[in-house]
Amino acid sequence: MPEPLLDVRDLRVHFPTDDGLVKAVDGVTFSIMPGETLGVVGESGSGKSVSFLTVMGLITARQAQIQGEVIFEGVDLVKLPKDEMRDVRGLKIGMVFQDPMTSLHPFYKVGDQIAEAILAHRKIGKKEAMDQAIDMLARVGIPRPDERARQYPHEFSGGMRQRAMIAMAVSLNPDLLIADEPTTALDVTVQAQILDLIDRLKQEFNAAVVIITHDLGVVAEHCDNIQVMYAGRAVEYGYARDIYYDADHPYTWGLLQSIARVDAPRTERLKPIKGLPPSLIFVPPGCPFHPRCPYVFDRCRTEVPQLLPVDGHHASACHLSLEDKERIFKEEVMVHQ
Amino acid sequence: MSVTVSERQAPSERQGVQPLVKLVGVKKYFPISRGIIFQKHVGDVHAVDGVDLEVYPGETLGLVGETGCGKSTLARVTMRLFDATGGSIFFEGRDITKLRGKDLRLIRRDMQMIFQDPYASLNPRKTVGTIIGAPYRLHKTIPRSKIKSEVQQLMELVGLNPEHYNRYPHEFSGGQRQRIGVARALALRPKLIVCDEPVSALDVSIQAQILNLLEDLQQEFNLTYLFIAHDLSVVKHVSDRVAVMYLGKIVEMASGDTLYMNPKHPYSGALLSAVPIADPDLAAQRKRIILEGDVPSPIDPPSGCRFHPRCPQSRAMSLAQGLGDQPHPRCTKEEPELTPQHPGQVAACHFPLPDRAVIAVDAG
Repeated sequence: MPEPLLDVRDLRVHFPTDDGLVKAVDGVTFSIMPGETLGVVGESGSGKSVSFLTVMGLITARQAQIQGEVIFEGVDLVKLPKDEMRDVRGLKIGMVFQDPMTSLHPFYKVGDQIAEAILAHRKIGKKEAMDQAIDMLARVGIPRPDERARQYPHEFSGGMRQRAMIAMAVSLNPDLLIADEPTTALDVTVQAQILDLIDRLKQEFNAAVVIITHDLGVVAEHCDNIQVMYAGRAVEYGYARDIYYDADHPYTWGLLQSIARVDAPRTERLKPIKGLPPSLIFVPPGCPFHPRCPYVFDRCRTEVPQLLPVDGHHASACHLSLEDKERIFKEEVMVHQ
Repeated sequence: MSVTVSERQAPSERQGVQPLVKLVGVKKYFPISRGIIFQKHVGDVHAVDGVDLEVYPGETLGLVGETGCGKSTLARVTMRLFDATGGSIFFEGRDITKLRGKDLRLIRRDMQMIFQDPYASLNPRKTVGTIIGAPYRLHKTIPRSKIKSEVQQLMELVGLNPEHYNRYPHEFSGGQRQRIGVARALALRPKLIVCDEPVSALDVSIQAQILNLLEDLQQEFNLTYLFIAHDLSVVKHVSDRVAVMYLGKIVEMASGDTLYMNPKHPYSGALLSAVPIADPDLAAQRKRIILEGDVPSPIDPPSGCRFHPRCPQSRAMSLAQGLGDQPHPRCTKEEPELTPQHPGQVAACHFPLPDRAVIAVDAG
């Protein structure tokens, strides 16, 4: 079996605040193989962004209590000194953030911002870095890249800015690209373009990709594996097909049923998940999802379910028996699809 | 699934029913001026450029299109928040295009709006009770002493805890804030509610709660919605009829199901093929119509059909007729009119898409 590119083991990220300890990530374990696309799905506050900001070294021991291991190409990033982490970030792991409106600096030309990232890691001249930046803009499908490189971010549309962000993230040919809600702020047409672009660049650069999103619809076509997160924990993990056609966790069912589907008849009523995500300071005892779960029983209120394999690859963290889950999924979830 | 005019679509087909809102040739241009001392008028942003639209009592009309297509401007013109540059707006048969002062305020009781961003549309320094009660204080429809109990009833109705009357907006989550917005819009028992992207800032699980709430309220109070969003799946879910807008014009209108099965305008087809589907197999089976580039500038919209620079269908027709790989000359010169397609469907295109152009399989 090949070595995983990224191996996260029992990661915990807790933020001390005046109101108490915010357990943003509370024991997450997963790995990513080279060239794989992983979708990470969950509501706001499920810990999906915090996990990957920690992987990137953007959340450090100064802000939070971090436990666990983040093994990237054989090195534990959590223990890595600051200056060595700087070599990994950008060069080995690239990141695209949610809001393209605020993640580019408004005072600097787009080309200069991309060239700056290249200059930080490569010993080349400014002119050469600028040429590479223009080349990257062309590769992410920006027309007239040499002209565009001399423009400021406000002259770019939302989709174009996100393309520029992606150009910056992949300009150093990273092994892992993390896209944190890359399309949430964009129109559906542009969203489709951006996701296709990420797919294409992944092939070109042979990188592994993580797509973080709150919408299971977005990642259906683009991911090999999907991890569903809730209240700082992974509640289900499997191949994309496992999640869409054979989901095993009531929370995943809820996410699937909440989506207004374009292929569903007009009369169909949505089935939202009732209630709100829990406070991460007072996470409910037992299964964190139990207050919102329609299939709750006594054991759920006391015992934390572990992420256990259903079959070889597919795993879920739920106390319901396998037969019950299969029956409920077939009778109540699948009928609506 | 065959293409039928569903029962829910009936109001629009009914003869003799007066539309609640009727727009005739509505235009809204925003002037652009240059110069510091002498302001020179150099052009216009053609945000809405000749829209005819009818919204019938009790129905939900969905309006879908990309950023910058003028859908929010159209909503604001309908609400009389902007003055129309041209055309007329009728509400219950009465021309309200030029209403001012007291008359305008009276008509506003009957139309309210829910805004996109629940973080920006609530005053952070006012309590929820004050925010929801504001319409009562402005319009004086009920005595002051009754406002509190009325507001608490509204809060209960939209699924908020009435005990939170004195809390501030920041104490609520995004979904709850949107409920506050809904309660405020509902206060005066309007006939029409314009929902401008009411769920696009919310998580999917919360979106579903708000969409269901809007549906329940429509049933209970016999509301009419003008529902705006850029996501076709959300619009289709809530709407009886869907209007697709591009660069200030309506390019297609049909029932949601018809639009899903048989989009006629290539732009509707492209929107449909871009919508995320939470079903990898179905998503892989549909044909992709990829649009290139962004929406052109509405300052100087393209000649002829406004969609021609991005239209793959126009290029294909031109190639097929041996005219080269460029937009078809008819599309660049002649502006298409909205013409009937399937029953209850109109589209403005010289070369409409064939049936089942995007979704080839039976969704049944």
